[in-house]
Amino acid sequence: MLNSLFPNVGTNWPEFTQSIVETIEMVILSGIISLIISLVIAVILVVTKHDGINPNFIIFNIFDKLINLFRSIPFIILIVALIPLTTLISGTAIGVTGTIFPLVVGITPFFARQIESALNEIDPGLIETGKAIGLSNFQIVKSIYLHEGIISITRMTTTTIISLIGLTAIVGVVGGGGLGNFAIQYGYQQNQFDVTMACIIVLLILVTIVQVIGTLIAELLTR
Amino acid sequence: MSKTDIISFENVNKTFETDEGQNEVLSGVNLKIEQGKIFGIIGYSGAGKSTLIRCINGLELPTSGSIKYLDTVVNELSEKGLIDLRSEISMIFQQFNLMPQRTIAENVALPIKYKKIGKKQTTAKVDELLSLVGLSDKADAYPNSLSGGQKQRVAIARALINDPKVLLCDEATSALDPETTDSILEILKELNQKLNITVVVVTHEMKVIEQICEDVAVLHNGRIVETGNVYDVFSHPKEEITKRFVKTTTNLNVSKGLYQALGLPEGHRLIRVTYNNENTIDPVISLVSRKYNVDISILLGDIKLIQGKLIGGLIISVEGNEEDIENAYKELKLNIGIEVEVINDVE
Repeated sequence: MLNSLFPNVGTNWPEFTQSIVETIEMVILSGIISLIISLVIAVILVVTKHDGINPNFIIFNIFDKLINLFRSIPFIILIVALIPLTTLISGTAIGVTGTIFPLVVGITPFFARQIESALNEIDPGLIETGKAIGLSNFQIVKSIYLHEGIISITRMTTTTIISLIGLTAIVGVVGGGGLGNFAIQYGYQQNQFDVTMACIIVLLILVTIVQVIGTLIAELLTR
Repeated sequence: MSKTDIISFENVNKTFETDEGQNEVLSGVNLKIEQGKIFGIIGYSGAGKSTLIRCINGLELPTSGSIKYLDTVVNELSEKGLIDLRSEISMIFQQFNLMPQRTIAENVALPIKYKKIGKKQTTAKVDELLSLVGLSDKADAYPNSLSGGQKQRVAIARALINDPKVLLCDEATSALDPETTDSILEILKELNQKLNITVVVVTHEMKVIEQICEDVAVLHNGRIVETGNVYDVFSHPKEEITKRFVKTTTNLNVSKGLYQALGLPEGHRLIRVTYNNENTIDPVISLVSRKYNVDISILLGDIKLIQGKLIGGLIISVEGNEEDIENAYKELKLNIGIEVEVINDVE
């Protein structure tokens, strides 16, 4: 049935499965790196905002404006602009290795904003309580911001990973590999419509899995 | 026992910068809180109560003036110094502020989580405090499953884990129903008596002050307008705002509707008489009635016990000929310790 519905996918089966693996690799690798960086940036933003636990106008504005700057650049342009830097860091600008850096740069501003808003959702009363019970700023970040914000952070991470899956497809256009690359190469350039459809179905499945897992974790964490 | 001031405010001012300009929240606050007392600060919302109580543990810093805890000047402490101070001065809040993602036991233990105290010792201490507030069976529950009163009990247990010398209560009972309020007030009183913790209560409810406080300060527009022993302040209120607070707890108020419904005869005089412990009103009323040949009907009466002493009052209607009424009124006024007020023109 697969061969009759998706004849061109069948003939390129090894490349197809390989591209799925590549997409998953890109999402996991850049997702983990970006999560760590985004957490740090979000914490810096929340701590240094004007009514934060350690207000710092300059540091807040540097990060705030940097995020705005990077968010205003369309991803496809960002990839191209980053090529020299990507080559320097990863040794190559193509293949999965070459995509991690631009993906991280592309998704982190969005991710950091998402986590920032998750942390800002925390009742200010809880933060004040942290001070009143004698916690240091570091302890407040660890035991209140991150601990109490975990459900929101999980939800925001889910949304971000789904956006990230979209970005991995775009990287495919400039030779990054993965499903985007596969769809462009066979579906678009060779006009094999069934390949495009197959890629859509796989992406749909990936997004659904991420969403289901994310929702499940958030529910498990809800007290 | 010698009296020590555990907390004192010296000429404290606090101004917030807002977009509309400067907002003076506290101005020229002088205050002394004696060790071992339950001290109440009463004021309407916006009076500066929350800011004032937050100055005590350094959550707010004054614009000028100084706040002392024993010999320590709170507003000059370093970040580290403030952290140490806060294990001696703990706090509970109107909204309880329990951490939703932690169990009750974890909530109670949070203030000592980062102190090098053994797990066994922590657990023992948490168990002890939870049983003190009557919630031993809830140790592994999450705050969401608790009622408001239970949450505040947990917050009290959390506040006690560092064996504090002072407990600050910021509108701690304002989100609770009257019955639960009573039980929380009872706990606060017990802590004060058994553990000799100085309790500072900030509230807009007269009931809280009456039930547990020994001393009170009345805060209005950032100024302390009256302060002293609760009985003295509320039996002889001097300032308009204090009188308003006293009125909120008595039923000696006649509304326009009630006044009309009473249908009092022409030429009557409606009088509010308030009195305290040393004076008993009843003989005075009948005496005046007989002496001046006026009819006195008692419309409303109220009496309450504050720190073992009585405060009460009556609303009476004096009827008769005009001259007799005037004489009776003057005679009533002559009584020391009785306050007399004509309230014919009710609002």
